Amino acid sequence: MKRKIFLLSGLASILTAAVATNGAETTINGAGATFPAPVYSSWTYRYKEKTGTRINYQAVGSGAGIAQIKAKTVDFGASDEPLKKEELDKYGMTQFPMLMGGVVPVVNIPGVASGKLQLTPKVLADIFLGKIKKWDDAAITSINSGLKLPSMPITVVYRSDGSGTTWIFTNYLSKISEDWAKGPGNGKSVKWPVGVGGQKNPGVANNVQKISGSIGYVEYTYAFEGKLSCAALQNKAGKFVAPGIESFISAGANADWKNAPGFYMVLTDQPGEKSWPILGVTYILVYKEQKDTVKSREMMKYFNWCYTDEGSKTASTLNYVPIPENVVKMIKDSWKNNVKCDGKSVTE
Amino acid sequence: MKQKKKQDKSAADRIFYITTMFCAFLVLVIMCGFFVQLFIHSFPAIKKFGFTFLVSGEWDPVRNIYGAASAIYGTAITTIIAMAIAVPLSFLIALFLVEMAHPVLSRIIGQAIELLAAIPSIIYGMWGLFVFVPFMQNYVGPFLADTLKLKWLPLFQGPCTGFGLLTAGIVLAFMVLPFISAVMRDVFKMVPPVLKESAYGCGATTWEVTFDVTMKYGMQGLLGAVFLGLGRAVGETMAVLFIIGNTPRISASLFESGTTISATLANNFAESSGVFQSVLLELGLVLLAITFLIQIAAQFWLNMVRRKFGGNI
Repeated sequence: MKRKIFLLSGLASILTAAVATNGAETTINGAGATFPAPVYSSWTYRYKEKTGTRINYQAVGSGAGIAQIKAKTVDFGASDEPLKKEELDKYGMTQFPMLMGGVVPVVNIPGVASGKLQLTPKVLADIFLGKIKKWDDAAITSINSGLKLPSMPITVVYRSDGSGTTWIFTNYLSKISEDWAKGPGNGKSVKWPVGVGGQKNPGVANNVQKISGSIGYVEYTYAFEGKLSCAALQNKAGKFVAPGIESFISAGANADWKNAPGFYMVLTDQPGEKSWPILGVTYILVYKEQKDTVKSREMMKYFNWCYTDEGSKTASTLNYVPIPENVVKMIKDSWKNNVKCDGKSVTE
Repeated sequence: MKQKKKQDKSAADRIFYITTMFCAFLVLVIMCGFFVQLFIHSFPAIKKFGFTFLVSGEWDPVRNIYGAASAIYGTAITTIIAMAIAVPLSFLIALFLVEMAHPVLSRIIGQAIELLAAIPSIIYGMWGLFVFVPFMQNYVGPFLADTLKLKWLPLFQGPCTGFGLLTAGIVLAFMVLPFISAVMRDVFKMVPPVLKESAYGCGATTWEVTFDVTMKYGMQGLLGAVFLGLGRAVGETMAVLFIIGNTPRISASLFESGTTISATLANNFAESSGVFQSVLLELGLVLLAITFLIQIAAQFWLNMVRRKFGGNI
């Protein structure tokens, strides 16, 4: 009997301790895109250290993120594919861009040094369509006069799982190639005409490293970290540009955010001499009508912190592009009008 | 007083009976629940595609047209390759361990087999991706196609990237091998020594004893071992996902990449919605139905074998 009481009291003290910690700090839950996940996890860690507010972010994928915010199981959702204005209105949600990141073609061609291969949009599309089958095809050699390309079959590597990265990449291919738009089209997973699939960004990176003569596409961080050879692409201005923070920023800066209702923006094939043509924007989704004043205030404070220099620096070191300052101002203005609790704005 | 105690006991018995029965029925409820839930959620897909879903190889998420044939094909081919390799090998391993090996050696290898069976499938997947895929690409593929000159067969055409049906089948074989051989070894061990000894006494060779005595006596167990491996091979997800190439396409060549039902589910579930999600759930239903059918076939076959061989020894 004594033992039972002892056990019970132990249990009770654990329970009260759990309640106490819950009361002391706010926990905010979010779920969604894997594309910006490296930055989000670094942000949440730093923010917890700084303020004590715990942000849980589950990188479950954009689709699952949207589904979870619609089901109201999380406080915010994250998606690489912006929702259209009508859909936002239907669910009473608002969205804003959080980060930008480049998607880059990576290649593994024996005898070709890293970053040396140049591709035009048409050639890139034809390779992924399976029309160009060998690396020494005249279409490729004619734009790479200094390179000695081997007579080797091209193996296309794509994302086997549904992903925002694929959405961004196929969005670009659909814009620049009519055959692609009519054929596989634009989606989180599409009907790839040729190639093999790899699991997530690391899987594609790994497959490209393993298969000689392969070409794939990954989020830039993975190409950078894995020291993969990126291809230079010809942009809308007709210039060949190498992927990197500079060309990403240039593409982001030339975007016309003012005329984008609900910040709906796809940064592929953007104008500008230095612009990298395949840039993705990743979004945060929240409800316009918040239920909990304290919680929603903390959440918006966190997003506000993400746009500060401290947040931007973290993003830059991971090779993501922070949202330009003028756009951040527009976002903060939209918060004032859109995110409310009991009719009152939850941002300062 | 005595009477009361007896009553108490019967009440306790009743409670115990009800509790155990409830637990047992839980299994039935869970089983039916799976079928019903999967059916309800896959109903939009069933309504949209009907029977063609099972025979169409089309898989186009952008236009929302789906068919399960490529995934079913991939599941079938990888399982067939796996069983074709694993069953004979396991049989020989078990035979060696029980009939021929020195007891010490038998114990060491037996332990190793059990350890192999305990390795999580993700480890097999990683090993497959990092070690076996390059090996297939550089050695096995060229060896089959060029050295053995099998290129004329449609089975071995096209470039061997290392990813594909053949690689997945072989890795699956490695995965199910320990299960099948462990069970087969136990089956061989259970054959009464007196049976074998009398056969040897009549002048039978090891092979004759194995095929005419051990195998017949343990036929049920051996088949059980095969079905155990089969069940595991059909539903295996992670290991296959890494190495099969994940292409929803039906191609004759074993070098080509393909996909299986479970790999398709694991790949697409996180980003799915609407009809696509319903399609994936229907795929899950198909997988459940396939394993269910395998179970029924196994039971049926075991019964037949029991009737056929039961009286002989």
